[in-house]
Amino acid sequence: MHLPKPRGAFSEQLFAALLSGDPTTAARLPGPEAAEDAALALWCLYELSYRGFEEVDDRLEWAPELVAVRRGLEDDLEDRLRSRWSGRPAYDGDFATAFFAAVERHEGPSLARFVQRSATADQVMELLQARSLYHLKESDPVAFSVPRLPVAARAALMELQYDEYGGGRPERLHAHLFAEGLAALGLDATEGAYLDQTPLAVLEQNNAMSLFGLHRRLRGASLGHLAAFEATSSGPCRRMARGLERLALAPEMRAYYEEHVEADAVHEQLAVRLICQPLIEAEPETEDDVWFGAFSCLDLEDRVAHHYLDRWGESA
Amino acid sequence: MSRPTPDVVLCPGGPMLLRGEHLVMDDDGVEHPTTRPISAVCRCGKSATKPWCDGTHKVIPERLRP
Repeated sequence: MHLPKPRGAFSEQLFAALLSGDPTTAARLPGPEAAEDAALALWCLYELSYRGFEEVDDRLEWAPELVAVRRGLEDDLEDRLRSRWSGRPAYDGDFATAFFAAVERHEGPSLARFVQRSATADQVMELLQARSLYHLKESDPVAFSVPRLPVAARAALMELQYDEYGGGRPERLHAHLFAEGLAALGLDATEGAYLDQTPLAVLEQNNAMSLFGLHRRLRGASLGHLAAFEATSSGPCRRMARGLERLALAPEMRAYYEEHVEADAVHEQLAVRLICQPLIEAEPETEDDVWFGAFSCLDLEDRVAHHYLDRWGESA
Repeated sequence: MSRPTPDVVLCPGGPMLLRGEHLVMDDDGVEHPTTRPISAVCRCGKSATKPWCDGTHKVIPERLRP
């Protein structure tokens, strides 16, 4: 992957520091000019913990000056996400029932419904390019949470992840299925290929997952995010598959979404009942963050949907 | 943690989770091998991908859910 174009003086100087290999220059950065400038910078700092950039020294991942910059950006992001959340709902009975009910109650605009019914092929391609930022890293952020969990939740998360990563068969690894879908559509399946045109809402959606995954303190949010993601996946993936079929677009991409209809009907049960519930039982102090992570997942997807529906002149 | 974990889990209002490799026979007598570490078998009868769950139980009235 290559560094993207900067989106302000802050990301420009940060990228210069990354390229120079001398992280001390990052200690004198100006503040970010705009939300996009900050979000792109944070996305790239996180990338050092995934696949990295060809032109950046891998050792910079843990350079103290860059960790300090990342920390500042993460604090801003976490404050913003928490300020959008109104707190966990009160409920009687068990967590799983309350969680599924809360996700069902959530009403947001649906990009999948738009794709199913009326999106043009160009609009679908644009959406898939933006989605590629995460789907080519599918399940990677939450993988960082594995060693931070109590026994029952850890075993169940590994069972889910084993399926996400193809059950030992690379050709079934979900991120790879998405890459094959992109290639079949004539799109670039290289990671970060569409980073330059990725909007703020999508960058923030990605950054939230990395934030939750990379901090042990936020393991509850990481798993709550996972549970909400899985619990809102089967239906929308079926709609995406139908939209791709309506437009006669590559069957390989349709196969990616069809796989998720079935896989995520399993994963939502695992994530809610066998991962989050045991986590909360073993570590009750994580429950607030489970709900916070779930809310953030739904809210960030709403923002992405608003961005595209507004851009395409559709009312949400 | 010394208790064995159930290999079959009935999810209230939802599917039956089935851990491990199995052959599942559907209503028409057709056998389907499981393909993932845990599978979800449809219990509401409304799935479009039977015998597997596709999440449809969530969009049917609560009284019709298993």
